[in-house]
Parts: sequence; structure tokens; C-alpha cells
Amino acid sequence: MPGRLLAMIAIVLASMLVQARAATVQISMENLEISPAEVSAKVGDTIEWVNKDVFAHTATANNGDFDVSLPAKKSATFVVKKKGAVEYYCRYHPNMKATLKVEP
Amino acid sequence: MFVRWSAAIATIALFVSPAFVQGAGAADKPTDPQIAHIAYTAGVIDINAAKQALKKAKNKDVKAFAQDMVRDHEAVNKQALALVKKLKVTPEDNDTSRTLTKQANDKLAELSKLKGADFDKAYVDNEVAYHKAVDSALETQLIPSADNAELKGLLQTGLKIFQGHEQHAEHVAAELK
Repeated sequence: MPGRLLAMIAIVLASMLVQARAATVQISMENLEISPAEVSAKVGDTIEWVNKDVFAHTATANNGDFDVSLPAKKSATFVVKKKGAVEYYCRYHPNMKATLKVEP
Repeated sequence: MFVRWSAAIATIALFVSPAFVQGAGAADKPTDPQIAHIAYTAGVIDINAAKQALKKAKNKDVKAFAQDMVRDHEAVNKQALALVKKLKVTPEDNDTSRTLTKQANDKLAELSKLKGADFDKAYVDNEVAYHKAVDSALETQLIPSADNAELKGLLQTGLKIFQGHEQHAEHVAAELK
């Protein structure tokens, strides 16, 4: 029985650790600007784009890794799965550009 | 100021915008009520062009682009209306707005005679040229002439939207070739 308890504690601790490590990185889109324009994250982190404009935007990776739709005044998230620097842009307004740097 | 404006515009006016030139001359520079009217008119023109494209275009990227134009320009114009209401400004019709509208109507009539891929190409090419002309007018004249800070701010957002559309239209045009 103590063994089972220990195992449960271990699982709880482990899940807490994972939660502590996976962060949420917030990026805003306001007045047709992505800010910060360059951001670092780790594999497993959640990227949250917050569209503060009355216009719809997208966060679309140049390499096809992601294509997140951001209706006006809405947020959306994406969990990064692989390392590397990804340039992305808005399909509707290709002058909106930014870079996401994912570390292992 | 208007004279300098027409000089700046004249170089790109070949396609779409003798309006900006013909509207020149009356005053030193456009007033805020005139600027608001011109900016709103420029948006309405693009919405009407997009609505025509939604009926006539064949290519799905062209249709999607037209949909984007309706959505964005309606959003900008909604903001513009809210702002003029807040500032208690009544947009004032003027020669530039009138000529822009007349030319846009001529363009609609011209495009209405085209079909299929010919229409798609003509519409997208005109969108590139039109957005370029409006960008230049915003950058060199309308924004510098605007007195009210909020109006200036909205025009600056409008410029970024229009520049985005110009690039988007260029991408679509490149795909059509």
C-alpha cells in the first residue's frame, strides 16, 4: 500500500513538473503589427496569439508548420512540437511578419 | 499641397487615379471632413469591386481575395463612421471623391464585359494598381494633411491594411500567371 501511495505522489509531482515547464507565450496582433516580432519558446510550449484588431488575421508559417486562424478580437493557440526558427505571416496582410524561435 | 499631391499621384495615376489629380487645385490641402470622405469613398469603391468579383470570378483564390476585401474594408469603414460620429465631423463630398467614384464606376462597367480568367486577371491587376494609388495618396497627402490625431491614427491603420492588401493582391496576381 505505501508503494501505491508513493507511486501516486510521484505521478502527481511529475505532472506538476510538466505543467511548470510548459509555458504559454503570448503574442499580440494590434494595428496590423505582430508584437513581439521575434519570440523564443521551448518545444511543448503553447503559443497564444491575441488578435486585438477588428480585422481577421492568420498566423501562417512559411514552412507550413502551422496555419492558425485569428478572427477579429479573438485568440487562438498552437503547441510547438519541433525546434527551429519559423518565420510566419498573416495570409490576409502579408506585410505582417514575425519569427518564432523554438528551442529544444 | 494639392499641387504636390497631384505631382506625386500623377506618376501612378495611369491606371486608376486621375481622380486624385483632377480633385486638386481647389484648396491648399484637404480638410479633415474631406479626408474622411475620400478615405470612406476609397473603401466603398473597393467593396463594390469585390462584390462584382464575388459574382463573376472563377478562380477560388480570387474569390477568397474579394471576400477578404469586403470584410476588411467594411471593418475599416465601420470604424471610420464611428470616429466621425464621435468627433462630430460630417464627411464632406469633394471633387476627389466624386472623380474617384466616377472612375470606379467606369472600371466596373469595363470589367463587367469580361468573363472567366480574363475577368479574374483584370480584377486582380486593378486591385494591385488601385491599392498602390491609395497607399501613395494616404502616405504623401491624406495622412500628413489630417489635423485630428485620431483621424490620422485611423488613416495610418488604413494605410497598413491597404499595403497588406496590395501585397496580397500581388501574390494572387503571381499565382494567376
